[in-house]
Amino acid sequence: MTTVPVVGTVALVVFAILRLTPGDPAAIIAGDSATTEQLEQIRVHLGLDKPMHVQFFLWLLQILRGDLGVSLISGVPVSGMILDRMGPTLALSTTIILFSVIVAIPLGVIAAWRQGTVLDRSVTAFSVLGFSVPVFVNGYLLILLFSISLGWLPVQGYKPLTDGFLPFFVRLILPTLALSTAYIALIARITRTSILEVMGEDYIRTARAKGLKENAVLLRHALRNAAVPIVTIIGVGIAHLIGGVVVTESVFNLPGLGRLVVEAVLARDYPVIQGLILLFSFVNILINLLVDVIYTVIDPRIRY
Amino acid sequence: MTGKVEEPLAPSAFGHLRRTLTSAPVLIALTILGIAILIALLAPFLGTGDPIAIHPGERLKRVSGAHWLGTDAFGRDVYSRVMYGARISLLVGLGAALASVTLGLFIGVIAGYFRMLDSIVMRVMDGIMAIPGILLAIALVTVSGASLMTVVVAITIPEIPRVVRLVRSVILTIRDEPYVEAAIALGTPSPALLLRHMVPNTVAPLMVQGTFVFASAMLTEAAMSFLGVGLPPEFPSWGNIMAEGRIYFQLLPGLILYAGLFLALTVLSVNVVGDAMRDALDPRMARKL
Amino acid sequence: MNALVLNIDGLSVQVVGRPATQRVVANVSFDVHQGETLCVVGESGSGKSVTALSIMGLLPRGNLASRGGRILVEDEDILTASENRLRALRATRMAMVFQEPMTALNPVEPVGKQIDEVLRVHRKFTRAERRETVLAMLDAVHLPNVRQIYDAYPHQLSGGQRQRIVISMALILQPKLLIADEPTTALDVTTQAQILALIRELQEKHNTAVMFITHDFGVVAEIADRIVVMHRGCVVEVGAREDILAHPREAYTRMLVSAVPSLIPRQRDAPGGEIVLDVVGLNKIYSEKRFLGSARMVAAVQEVDLTVRRSEIVGVVGESGSGKSTVARCIVRLIDPTSGAIHINGSDIAGATRRALRPLRQRFQIIFQDPYRSLNPRRRVGDSIIEGLVNFGMRRDQALTKAGALLRLVGLDPDAMPRYPHQFSGGQRQRICIARALALQPDLLVADEAVSALDVSVQAQVLALLQEIRDRTGIAVLFITHDLRVAAQICDTIVVMQKGRVVETGRAETLLTAPRQKYTRALIEAAPGRHWDFQNFRPLQPNGAGAIHNPTSRPLPAR
Repeated sequence: MTTVPVVGTVALVVFAILRLTPGDPAAIIAGDSATTEQLEQIRVHLGLDKPMHVQFFLWLLQILRGDLGVSLISGVPVSGMILDRMGPTLALSTTIILFSVIVAIPLGVIAAWRQGTVLDRSVTAFSVLGFSVPVFVNGYLLILLFSISLGWLPVQGYKPLTDGFLPFFVRLILPTLALSTAYIALIARITRTSILEVMGEDYIRTARAKGLKENAVLLRHALRNAAVPIVTIIGVGIAHLIGGVVVTESVFNLPGLGRLVVEAVLARDYPVIQGLILLFSFVNILINLLVDVIYTVIDPRIRY
Repeated sequence: MTGKVEEPLAPSAFGHLRRTLTSAPVLIALTILGIAILIALLAPFLGTGDPIAIHPGERLKRVSGAHWLGTDAFGRDVYSRVMYGARISLLVGLGAALASVTLGLFIGVIAGYFRMLDSIVMRVMDGIMAIPGILLAIALVTVSGASLMTVVVAITIPEIPRVVRLVRSVILTIRDEPYVEAAIALGTPSPALLLRHMVPNTVAPLMVQGTFVFASAMLTEAAMSFLGVGLPPEFPSWGNIMAEGRIYFQLLPGLILYAGLFLALTVLSVNVVGDAMRDALDPRMARKL
Repeated sequence: MNALVLNIDGLSVQVVGRPATQRVVANVSFDVHQGETLCVVGESGSGKSVTALSIMGLLPRGNLASRGGRILVEDEDILTASENRLRALRATRMAMVFQEPMTALNPVEPVGKQIDEVLRVHRKFTRAERRETVLAMLDAVHLPNVRQIYDAYPHQLSGGQRQRIVISMALILQPKLLIADEPTTALDVTTQAQILALIRELQEKHNTAVMFITHDFGVVAEIADRIVVMHRGCVVEVGAREDILAHPREAYTRMLVSAVPSLIPRQRDAPGGEIVLDVVGLNKIYSEKRFLGSARMVAAVQEVDLTVRRSEIVGVVGESGSGKSTVARCIVRLIDPTSGAIHINGSDIAGATRRALRPLRQRFQIIFQDPYRSLNPRRRVGDSIIEGLVNFGMRRDQALTKAGALLRLVGLDPDAMPRYPHQFSGGQRQRICIARALALQPDLLVADEAVSALDVSVQAQVLALLQEIRDRTGIAVLFITHDLRVAAQICDTIVVMQKGRVVETGRAETLLTAPRQKYTRALIEAAPGRHWDFQNFRPLQPNGAGAIHNPTSRPLPAR
């Protein structure tokens, strides 16, 4: 229930930023040769003559109706642009999340299970590494290795699912690997820490006193209790993921929303920038809400 | 009745700190970091030429005696650019770290100590955190024009909420400690309460978080510059160097990879040191950070 | 003599990686027979828990390791058994119940399933058979609505109920040996009495050998057949209950037994001084705001009246949830009361503003329960003591001189001032806190469970110190405690609280010997060891005549 003010704040922040743009939006639209009356007309049309808070509410209503404005450059509705370019981003994000979670959690569990051994230390080292190497450096290294040197995979580009699964999939491998390393590093490390922490709790001692085998203790008692911080980090990491997707799409030339952000920024296409920021923020908020719901399933003590 | 002072009951925290900070990986990391700082400070004296001097006749050369890391598309010496790039990247990292820690401390104390402001402050922080950091930074730079100052500010702002959360959680925990209640009972006024008893407990977590912000800021700046929406091209930051090397990647991968290597090593070292500090100072912090 | 179930012979445990001279448990030997209750008593650091964990083979690996000696459970040596064998023995031949019921159960699984797990691991029953067995066990531990409880989660149960679940898990396969490590320490005294009775009942039913670890000699007096006294990892003395309690041989045992509080009230003249603290109609109501619907009101304190005179020690006794701590904190205005009056030397501070309150704070001070968290670990002891004095304008050097005198008053050397808290023991830290509280020369001292976290011998010293200070300065003391026996030691007047209300108020000797209210009677009856006069090493005389022999303040050897 605290989501509403959060959403409100996001909207406010985005609105504030975009209204802070230097230059007169009316002049930009009208061009250099416009007369003052024409500028006035456009201003009225855009609602710029009204007081700030009225503008904000009008804008909010507009957004809630799904109208994100039109691109300053192409005149195309922003929501349309988003729908067009959504495919690659969705594909990439889903693949990354699935891949990362499937790899990271067992990695973290094993590291905690074999705490102090070479295996544990390698996983920890890999975590720090994965988190430190910039996504694009990762990307280029992978391209260098797999595309240029070995020629196994195409360098860049994207093929939608409708063109066939294999071409679609093959082009997603490198981008997924490039960005997953950071996400895997994050999740594996929290998994490890959380499990180690849980293993020190009293009820683990009780489980051992009942005569359970160590792996039963770990899997049946520790894991579920360790889940809450892990699920949290997956949710919190989404923000990171989105940032990474923007960069990855650039490196691998995927025509998704991330690339759209960069294009819009370079072209100073404010409505598009605004629309994308709103979209990504809301997705972020939504996923974290989902995380909250998942909590109630994992931990019977949490009920809203 | 005389009480005899006994031996310390718990092993000294400093012993643990010392042991963690002198382990092999940490020492290596500190060395690398030291080298990076030295490079940044002494760039002009490291056999570098002018990082922005264009030599049209020397474009896209490979590694050679004259150009230790080759030249780029404008014939500029890559080695010089990478060395000078250290200055920019470290400066941005340091600036963002210091600014976010200072502002975060201030806001966090307000949120943690003044119950009535807590709700509002935290909602605003949540709002800022909802926008993916790099997007927010990009948006801020876009509206205010690209310069070193604006980029540092733009990178700092998304980092503030996490610091605020940390400080606030420390303050909330400490507020309930008996020794703080004792101080209240002894008539200690609020400012003294904060400065004497509460804020000192934030120093360690802030130091740790500061190092992580340092690393994160360097990465964010590099990513932004790489995309072309960060520092103006006249700054030879590692991100800009890599951005310029993009088109020629298949021809001369070194244009991207050398700067990338330096960046990765520096960020890695900072992260390793940050981890070590966190483990040494308080294992319980690992959960919060 | 019954069959021998547990035989420990020369057990030593040390910390892995440390020299052999630093042993946590050194050369410990004792045994337990079928149907017998052996109490292992000792203060903190005595090694009793480590011994218990060794028997179960549950020493934290990589941390502690047993070196030498044998542990025979029904003639099988635990120390040489394989890990598989140990697992097979746990819960079947020997079982353990731990101290903290609130954290002993897996929070995300229903309790019935957790008990069922014991059966799944060790027996080949069908699902239906398992369920029947578990339900029967839940019945045997006297839990109500067993079918509902089966599906309940731990957080839906009280501390006492959770402990019954843990006992079910331990005893469902009828092990020959039950190790109970302080199982009732975290429970209210009335709940404690029930759990002790339950353990006894189950023990009699199955002829189980029980090794009961505790620091509380009152409990020992109630349930022990034989007693083992441990100190710093060594066995000090072993003997039958009567022997240890009435004729302890070793000096340490004597010291330990004589320090145990009993229910004998102090004989003192009625305090006739002026009233220092007068609380009238104190209320503290918390409202839990809900997003939708009305707020839920929780009354922590309701219509509480009490008075404390000069030179009087008033005890406020109650179990958890009684509101006693809330009363204490309202009085010193760490919490703001909802309504009512709190008169300190005539001025009503209940509604005073922060600014008006500040100068008045010199008149009343408080000491807390946890000595390890009551002092800022980063500040020197001297600075902590003078904080109040400096706040109200005294010069630092003057204040430090005063601090030196205060330290002497509480039995510490002034050279403690430049040191840090971590260099002192719990009892010493509590003395420092008393010195800090006395620095402003308050008229009222509130002690909120101030001795509850201390070892019993240290507890006795701090209680004696409080009385000494009261005698010397005439200060009024409000003493909050959950332990009626401790209140009996030093209180002139006792106020009994339950669920936020005052149930009964009276002079100590009247209330303890002739209680009027049912709840007070229940508290007295539940107090463990109330039939024993520890300080005089004998059973309590039926007319409470032991009281005459106890002087109001007793010098005890310092530690």
